[in-house]
Amino acid sequence: MENIYVNNNNTCELIKAQKGTIEFLMNYSLSLDIIEVHGMKFENNLN
Amino acid sequence: MEVFVDDSVLIKKYIDGDERALATLINRHNSRISGFIYSKVGNRNITEDIFQDTFIKVIKTLKRGAYSEEGKFLPWVMRIAHNLIIDHFRKTSRMPRFEGSDTFNIFTVVSDDKLDIESQLIKNQIDCDLNLLIEELPNDQKQVLIMRIYKDMSFKEISEITGVSINTALGRMRYALINLRKVIEKHNIALTM
Repeated sequence: MENIYVNNNNTCELIKAQKGTIEFLMNYSLSLDIIEVHGMKFENNLN
Repeated sequence: MEVFVDDSVLIKKYIDGDERALATLINRHNSRISGFIYSKVGNRNITEDIFQDTFIKVIKTLKRGAYSEEGKFLPWVMRIAHNLIIDHFRKTSRMPRFEGSDTFNIFTVVSDDKLDIESQLIKNQIDCDLNLLIEELPNDQKQVLIMRIYKDMSFKEISEITGVSINTALGRMRYALINLRKVIEKHNIALTM
């Protein structure tokens, strides 16, 4: 019997980074501070 | 009505301190970047790791003010992800990774006989307590017990060194154990793991 594949197009799950990963990145971004001293840039992580 | 804000505008906002702009950028490109990584590595967990590392680099570059490719945000992020994917394959080819299956677990073949840290701490405590108890024994019994248990000497060797008969050495060992048990029971000491 003929399969109608177009009816099954929702079975393909989109790959996406999880919410936890995005939250981690947002927290990382908030905590990261770049300090410039004498033309040199230093990363500072303020947890 | 939601207004579409261009990537370059969001980047500028983020550099100016608006953290929500970063969330918008990540969410906007999440599936494309994740899909791209997954298409190369074929593993969800590794995809997640590379995605995270990619955006850590993005965040650092933007915060350092080193980003200059305005209007080409997505290709730039893709290039970072691509480089990290190459790094990942370099690492895995240097150190091949083995993953068990439902029917085979590598730890049934490879094992570590060492005690875990908690058991090791308990064992150390027991050894320490036992040493204190042995110190309380009369010298002749203590001597035989140490030679037998800690130095793994035979009763023949013990008798030769201490200058007593084998039977005497055996008797001293027996009394040493009886006395140890008495002290342990009297003081209700637990010497088990």
